[in-house]
Amino acid sequence: MEDCPLLEVKELRTRFSSEKGTITAVDGVTFRVDHGETLGVVGESGCGKSVTAESIMRLLNEKSTRYDGEINFKGRNLLSLPEKKMLDIRGNEISMIFQDAMTSLNPVFTIGDQIAESIIVHQNLGKREAMEKAVEMLRLTGIPSPEKRVHEYPHEISGGMRQRVMIAMALSCKPSLLIADEPTTALDVTIQAQILEVINDLKEELNMGVMMITHDLGVVAEVCTRVAVMYLGQVIEESDVDTLFDSPRHPYTRGLLKSIPTITGDRSQKLHTIQGVVPALDNIPKGCRFAPRCPYATDQCISESPLLEALENGQKIRCWHHEEIMKREGVTDVITTAT
Amino acid sequence: MKAYILKRLLSMIPVLLIVAIFVFFLIHMIPGDPAAVMLGPEATPEEVESLKEELGLNLPIYQQFFEWSLHALQGDLGNSLYMNQPVLDAFIGHLGPTLSLALLAQGVSIFLAIPIGVLAARKRGTGVDRTFMIIAMLGMSIPSFLLALLLMLVFGVQLNWLPVAGYSSLGEGLWEHLKYLILPAISLGTIQAAVIARMTRSSMIDILSMNFIKTAKAKGLKQKVVIYKHAFRNALIPILTILGETFGALITGAVVTETVFNLPGIGQLVINAITRRDYAVIQGTILLIAVTYLFLNLIIDLLYGLVDPRVRLNRK
Repeated sequence: MEDCPLLEVKELRTRFSSEKGTITAVDGVTFRVDHGETLGVVGESGCGKSVTAESIMRLLNEKSTRYDGEINFKGRNLLSLPEKKMLDIRGNEISMIFQDAMTSLNPVFTIGDQIAESIIVHQNLGKREAMEKAVEMLRLTGIPSPEKRVHEYPHEISGGMRQRVMIAMALSCKPSLLIADEPTTALDVTIQAQILEVINDLKEELNMGVMMITHDLGVVAEVCTRVAVMYLGQVIEESDVDTLFDSPRHPYTRGLLKSIPTITGDRSQKLHTIQGVVPALDNIPKGCRFAPRCPYATDQCISESPLLEALENGQKIRCWHHEEIMKREGVTDVITTAT
Repeated sequence: MKAYILKRLLSMIPVLLIVAIFVFFLIHMIPGDPAAVMLGPEATPEEVESLKEELGLNLPIYQQFFEWSLHALQGDLGNSLYMNQPVLDAFIGHLGPTLSLALLAQGVSIFLAIPIGVLAARKRGTGVDRTFMIIAMLGMSIPSFLLALLLMLVFGVQLNWLPVAGYSSLGEGLWEHLKYLILPAISLGTIQAAVIARMTRSSMIDILSMNFIKTAKAKGLKQKVVIYKHAFRNALIPILTILGETFGALITGAVVTETVFNLPGIGQLVINAITRRDYAVIQGTILLIAVTYLFLNLIIDLLYGLVDPRVRLNRK
């Protein structure tokens, strides 16, 4: 059981059929999450981060979605489980928190009811015991006077509180994997830090694996142990967090890191931007997906798609020229302190 | 809560005043001498004069309005010329059949519309959805009298299961009462159902795309629970508005159906009053219908609070 990773996504491909034809939102994504570690999944909006997460939970409309590949959770392939078995996994063994806590809570039920609901479903407890547990969970997430809060409705509490409620709800059944889809994006910076701390503390306490989806490299630096960078439905680089910040290899990752403003930098210098825009999913470049925006692109990049290559240091990279780039530019060009 | 109801009741006053003014002047909009028109061409000048006296038509107009309003406030809406009874009594006497019919028809429409609307929303874009929506479209386009006549023909005449017309009050037994109302309730209810089903469908589709539905699924809840608990409770808010409107329409607008089935309800009262030029009855009924509408709206608004905690009033 110990060799078996908590979550192992292998060559996941998620396709939607729509009126315009088939769209491949996730194309051959591979990564793993172990007990007690936080994997950051980074990328711009529309790169397939959320679709990957929702594929793991199988939350997408299955009539118009086709999955290929494997999602092995504790050794079982979730993609081949019947929906009935998935019901036992969702909210129980794998939980998810969403970006917008404002709209992710049902406005017509009390907070307590909403937390107690998953406890009742998964743990066979009565309403009263479940409510007591809900209060306890709220206390764990740092909500003051939780025994009063359980009777309140989502519109009566602040955004930060609502995200705490979401966390309490997600963790109420002590899942072994938590998927957090941009949990702090909609919050003030001061609240962000608090929420990340709550997630981190509870991760340690429950020895959970966490998949932290974000576009904020600050969040990655703060809480993640490993990072997967996604671009247009593919993982283009994966490494532990220090390596990623110290010696990023993929031109896209380098570009992302260069676009972070620093407090010590030269103020007269313009902030770096990555040229061009992300192509639409129905118009994916044939070769390397980043080639049209890449300053190092060659003919090979435009015609042939690189594979995800594993390096000796554990880093994984999807680029034809990463070695040359590293030789040519080294690591100095990229900021090394991203926190 | 009490303060809110009081406020709502107070805000009804201007609306009722406007209705009252309109209703009052209705009688003065009759070309020529209202008393003469009411009595018809065969009336003698003495009769006209005595009616004028009785109705106070000789007084200055503001005084007439003042007195009429004062009486109306006390529940005295004048007397029917033909039925020889106070208008209020006539209204109350005809309210029973209309209310029973409206409740039954609303029941039929809810029973049909809500499951169909929810199903169509769940199966959005499929054949099931399209079929039901086409049926709903048809339902909305059928004139109520046509459906009423068809139902009469099939269930009343051919199969002889139910009476084709008439009425018997609740006092004479539940089944006696219901058997006269079933066909009219179906003919009214199915047409209303079309409107409600469409509203339910679009409201459910809206709600099913909301983030909290994803949260509910992510909790591991069964689809049934997600749809009927998490989605439906929210979808109910706009549906409630439509229910209020259709119920209002059922109470006041069942004129045609009541006539076809010969039900002695408000509709029939109004129709008869118009054909007999019984102005006091027309005036009184319009005023009372307006009052009914206002109270119905108040009830619907109070129900919102029950369904949607965001508009709940007893919280600060």
